[in-house]
Amino acid sequence: MIYEMYVDSSASIEKFGFGFIFSSHWEPVKEEFGALTFIYGTIVSSFMALLMSLPISIGVAIFLSELVHKSVRTSLSFLVEILAAIPSIIYGFWGIFVLAPFMRTTIQPFLQSVFGFLPFFQGTMYGTGLLTASIILAIMITPIITAITRDVLKAIPVAQKEAAYALGATRWEGIKMALLNARSGILGGAVLGLGRAIGETMAVTMVIGNKAQIMASFFEPAYTMASVIANEFAEASNEMQISALIEVGLILFGVTFIVNSMARLLIYSVTRNSQ
Amino acid sequence: MTAEKIFKNPKNLKRRKFINSLMIFLCFVAAVLTILPLLYIFIYTTQSGISALNIDFFTQLPKPVGEEGGGMANAIVGSGILIGLGGLIGIPIGIMSGIYIAEYSKSFLAGAIKFTTDVLSGVPSIVVGIFAYGVVVLAMQSFSAIAGGFALGILMIPTVTKITEEMLRLVPHSLREASLALGVSRWKTTVKVVLKTASSGIITGVLLAIARAAGETAPLLFTAFGNSFWQTSIDQPIAALPLQIFVYAISPYEDWHRQAWAGAFVLIFMVFIVNFLVRYVTRNKFG
Amino acid sequence: MTIEKLNVNDDINSAESDALVESEDNSDDQVKQKNSVVTNNLFVYFNKRPAIIDISVKIKKNSVTAVIGPSGCGKSTFLRSLNMMHEMTPSAKVFGEIYINGESIMNFNMVDLRKKVGMVFQKPNPFPTMSIFDNVAAGFKLDGSGNKNELNEIVEKNLINAGLWDEVKDRLKTPALSLSGGQQQRLCIARTIAVNPEIVLMDEPTSALDPVSSSKIEELIYRLKSEFTIIIVTHNMQQAARVSDQTAFFYLGKLIEISRTRKMFTNPKEKLTEEYITGKFG
Repeated sequence: MIYEMYVDSSASIEKFGFGFIFSSHWEPVKEEFGALTFIYGTIVSSFMALLMSLPISIGVAIFLSELVHKSVRTSLSFLVEILAAIPSIIYGFWGIFVLAPFMRTTIQPFLQSVFGFLPFFQGTMYGTGLLTASIILAIMITPIITAITRDVLKAIPVAQKEAAYALGATRWEGIKMALLNARSGILGGAVLGLGRAIGETMAVTMVIGNKAQIMASFFEPAYTMASVIANEFAEASNEMQISALIEVGLILFGVTFIVNSMARLLIYSVTRNSQ
Repeated sequence: MTAEKIFKNPKNLKRRKFINSLMIFLCFVAAVLTILPLLYIFIYTTQSGISALNIDFFTQLPKPVGEEGGGMANAIVGSGILIGLGGLIGIPIGIMSGIYIAEYSKSFLAGAIKFTTDVLSGVPSIVVGIFAYGVVVLAMQSFSAIAGGFALGILMIPTVTKITEEMLRLVPHSLREASLALGVSRWKTTVKVVLKTASSGIITGVLLAIARAAGETAPLLFTAFGNSFWQTSIDQPIAALPLQIFVYAISPYEDWHRQAWAGAFVLIFMVFIVNFLVRYVTRNKFG
Repeated sequence: MTIEKLNVNDDINSAESDALVESEDNSDDQVKQKNSVVTNNLFVYFNKRPAIIDISVKIKKNSVTAVIGPSGCGKSTFLRSLNMMHEMTPSAKVFGEIYINGESIMNFNMVDLRKKVGMVFQKPNPFPTMSIFDNVAAGFKLDGSGNKNELNEIVEKNLINAGLWDEVKDRLKTPALSLSGGQQQRLCIARTIAVNPEIVLMDEPTSALDPVSSSKIEELIYRLKSEFTIIIVTHNMQQAARVSDQTAFFYLGKLIEISRTRKMFTNPKEKLTEEYITGKFG
């Protein structure tokens, strides 16, 4: 599979070399291609999503594994599973029609009025854009991180927590200790979520605005690797453009491969010890 | 300060108790924050979807812009064909690699397959789409249902493999021994005893994979490509439900939006049913 | 790793003359021919740790041999080496010779061997996806052999033989799991003898059953002796005394004593055996 993609993108690789990654020009008409804007868009949107989703996911995982009664837990877990199973196109659809207007009318003006002095929150409020995409991504990866965090927390021996309680620790202090013990597994879950966010296509394409630019403001439209492939591939005008798009795909594959392998190793290291 | 003093200090204890309640409250908030979008998406889609849903949606072809009515019959059939083709590729391969990992877990090859499957499950679906494009579309010189099915099939493999492996591991060892002790060969034991015992679990896994594949859009963009007419021959571009939703959703026409919501509702409903079924079956079987 | 040569070896040899098998002046080949199961210097290791050490026994055709001993003494390990069940466990290594009716098991392939040496397990394990009928016929059905009439005949004959026919003849098509535990175990015995083995291994077949079901299985064992050679592992000494012709006592992976059951329980040769039988340990 890697080989196949390498062959198909070889034309572009030969022509642009390493400059491909660092050039921000993407002009199909002139046959000039550089992927920097897409890489930027992907990385920023994914990391922002992770930043938003991680604390919430950990909270939910704690809530599910430590705090609630078993019957509530099963139904809540079920809901979280469904959240993970909803097709991304529906998230995107919802994002355009519900989230984006809400962002434009409520969230973005609020952020601007409070943090307007920062360059991140200036500029026109379109509704769609980097921030909106990140929020959608955050909603999408929360179930993944939650599920893994929950499993990792479950793998921590009960005796450890009981030992903490026996020393007079409050409930939260006991949980905090469990979290510390599970940290590499939770990190693994986070990285897995990151990998998913990086590769996510449809939902992002629909709300990010699809404009190849690097701007400081989070309100501005941007572009990700996955969405440029989705948008331009089918109607690419010449061989070189297809080749360049496949190279983008190859980079995307490489990044997710590394990210996922890291995540697997981290998760294995925790769950194996507990067995 | 000695430890005793820390514990006896009432202010300290108060602070600790406060932090305790605060954090637990925050966890609760997080849970609500997560469930809220789900309920919102679900209710919103159901509301918008049901009002747009009618018989025409399932029986009519899409109408040109400006004309009222029409449906997504071709897209629904197209999705069916794509999933069928995908299943033809993905399900046997997935089940077989699942069997191999579970029953021959000590061999090096099994470890390699397991790792590959894990990696494959993390590959973005759009990259799989590019792969299918390179292998099938370029070779056939045309977008086609085969290419789309191929992409969906690859996406199904990791899910099916994982569930097959887990279900086979749940089959008690004593059954394998019973069969082997009767002088039944290893291979026949696996197929006729182990696989048969685990079959209901595996079927749910297959359903899960199908539900996931049915919602996939990205890899279909440049493999199945979409089509606004009836098309059932598999070497031609073909319509698919999620593709149609995508096209309609980003269009500026109010009527198309309604149609897209109806499509979204059908998809979400299917996902819900399948997940519910899976839950029900696995709980019944393995407590 | 070195293994201590056992000094009980001499005693085993002398024990043999008391056992059912009188083999003193027969040549080696004749010994193997005459007996259903012969093992010579059998060792089994799990992850390089010995589980049974230097077991040499001879078991005569159409006899019942009970294997007793405290938990973890290697009784089951011994039993399972006779039909190569250890092949399923990658960490297990088997050394030594095993002869079934005079032929080394190295000459059999696994499938043929297990058709000759059947096994009944500790917990009843009927196939949950199959009916009562299909379970008895499983040995043939799973192999894809046997036509319908033959199977009908085989099922009836073996259910009768297992003493289950009267209880299930009206509901042969119902799932096997609808039977009680004791019935399930008799079903498993019927399933095992249906493929017509020469030797039937039983690994604590009654330990999961109530006393009434157990006694039915014991009767069955007594009856089946005329057709099969039976080796039964049990932790129940009364059971061993009731059903078996000869008894082998295992302790810490070693064969301490093998003699006629009556002699073993009334006048054991070894002090260890006596202590175990009288309940001083184990």
